[in-house]
Amino acid sequence: MSAQNQQSLLVEPPAEWHFGPFGGRFVPETLVPALDELAQAYESCLADPSFAAELSLYLRDYVGRPTLLYYARKLTEHLGGARIFLKREDLCHTGSHKLNNVMGQLLVARRMGKPRVIAETGAGQHGVATATVCALFGLECVVYMGEEDVRRQALNVFRMELLGAKCIPVTSGSRTLKDAINEAMRDWVTNVRTTHYVIGTCMGPYPYPRMVRDFQSVIGRETREQMLNQCGRLPDYVLACVGGGSNAIGIFHPFLEDEEVRLVGVEAAGSGIETGKHAATLSAGSPGVLHGYYSYILQDENGQVAETHSVSAGLDYPGVGPEHSWLKETGRAEYVAATDLEALDAFRTLAALEGIIPALESAHAVAHAIKLAPTLSPDKIIVVNLSGRGDKDVETVSRLMEKRDEPDQPSLF
Amino acid sequence: MSRISRRFSELKERGEKALVPFITGGDPGILATDPLVLEMEEAGADIVEIGIPFSDPLADGRSNQAAYTRALERGVRPRDVLDAVARIRRVSQIPIVLMTYFNPVIRYGIARFADDAAEAGVDGIIATDLTPEEAGAWVREARRARLDTIFLLAPTSTEERIARVCELSTGFVYCVSRVGITGAQARVPEELGELVMKIRSHTDKPVVVGFGISSREQVQQVCAIADGAVVGSALVDFIHSRHRHDDFLPQVRAFVRELKVGTRPAAVGAH
Repeated sequence: MSAQNQQSLLVEPPAEWHFGPFGGRFVPETLVPALDELAQAYESCLADPSFAAELSLYLRDYVGRPTLLYYARKLTEHLGGARIFLKREDLCHTGSHKLNNVMGQLLVARRMGKPRVIAETGAGQHGVATATVCALFGLECVVYMGEEDVRRQALNVFRMELLGAKCIPVTSGSRTLKDAINEAMRDWVTNVRTTHYVIGTCMGPYPYPRMVRDFQSVIGRETREQMLNQCGRLPDYVLACVGGGSNAIGIFHPFLEDEEVRLVGVEAAGSGIETGKHAATLSAGSPGVLHGYYSYILQDENGQVAETHSVSAGLDYPGVGPEHSWLKETGRAEYVAATDLEALDAFRTLAALEGIIPALESAHAVAHAIKLAPTLSPDKIIVVNLSGRGDKDVETVSRLMEKRDEPDQPSLF
Repeated sequence: MSRISRRFSELKERGEKALVPFITGGDPGILATDPLVLEMEEAGADIVEIGIPFSDPLADGRSNQAAYTRALERGVRPRDVLDAVARIRRVSQIPIVLMTYFNPVIRYGIARFADDAAEAGVDGIIATDLTPEEAGAWVREARRARLDTIFLLAPTSTEERIARVCELSTGFVYCVSRVGITGAQARVPEELGELVMKIRSHTDKPVVVGFGISSREQVQQVCAIADGAVVGSALVDFIHSRHRHDDFLPQVRAFVRELKVGTRPAAVGAH
């Protein structure tokens, strides 16, 4: 066969697989037909008005949407600058934005007739959300969770079990979210004919990043409308924490065309980016392939994926949704990072001033608002996506505060 | 004609099928890889497959994953695996296929990796997480460097995909024996024969079956229907459990020799 004929066999992947150069589908052949089937099922759900109607009923009556857009007056006055609004995703049933995506995906899976559902989880929020909807729909549910996270988030493990899910601790690699995803992928490769894999963030092979973004975009659509109703204008800044990036893409996406709105993703700087102990993928990573997609990842010079560190299990991930890589590359969104200490400080500040305990993940976004607001005039508006509530983190934080009082420990606050 | 194609013609003349042992590059040590390959060639291996260690091998089971981790802990880099191949090439013409995940190749530089692999004496590359849709840049560079590009087919592959993979694969077509990840299994799946027949209806290229094959009996069953069998995890475990023994290399030789029996006409005919 001539070289020219050989090249003609290389059909370019469909445009919708990618965000600029990022995204795509890098998976073992066994999964390809399942991804095609999922993409087709999702397309037909999108084309079916009864799907949208069903989803919005569940979002209203079960998830508890719309969530509030709350003006944080005391925090604003304390900081003395821009007005700060909180998008209260922490008020969703199960305590975080994760349920928006799970509800959507499991309605799709139910139409596909898949009786078994698997998920990965880091902080446990996505695992709990998945276990919850599986209980509601009567589906078998298995959740993979890194052994390290099982230890950090024992309460969420108990919740999942109470909801009828089986939680499997993952002991390979760094024993956190990254390895839980590998293990869930292996399960999926093996049981692909009966199983739907509910990926919890806007990463993975096509169609996941697009589908998860679509299901999470309800956050941004509501925020935009609420902002116009409550303030008569759009915000100047929208801030959200970024691990995989699903709450961020959900609130960013409906603002993409509003060029005057600055979109800022806040990554986990852990002990500080300069220490190497962090999870700030967009700030310090480089493009590569992980978990089936091409995006910024944290890796060494040989393409081995790096281990990450963050006080927040949900941000402790060395990849990031491919659409964020594209938003960074095009400059439409900017990405900054907050350290463990800054997040812990924000955690306490929001609790003390507003009576709202944020998830440690969301506390990273609050931490950036604390830095940003005083530099802006009071006529500016910042919206912070408060992606989850912090009950799950109270034990971790109390342990860290105790440590602070031990003389030999470095101060954590 | 590539070394791989030439090897399949020779085997055909002898009425034999190909035994393709898989080892992880750099396990149990980067200087162990070339003596192991030469030992396996002596024992009757027809083509060898060497895995480039990767931190997140999501298509691999416990055995290979553990071997990758051990190799990475020793600091084994893709360059070290290419160097081992270059050392083998000085003394042997055995066809060598590298199995890798795509990220180490991207990081190395796709064009540079193709050039350096070809220069080291590699014959073909299997990228476990690369399917034809995303393989454009890789296939162009591999063709330019005259490396075979081997793609995988699975029991879930549709007719349309089988046709496409058969056209794009060179050297041979890698048929995944079952729905799942790598790792030794008690038996060869019954529907394998049907899948191999389906693949053969699309191509005359050799079809090699891998994933889950661990014994002479299984090699024999596979070779009754396909052109070769890959034995991976079982060998990786064998090597790991015995590499400190004084007679380590003779033990490997005996194991591979035993597997090779399963590819010979008497054995194949007897099945």
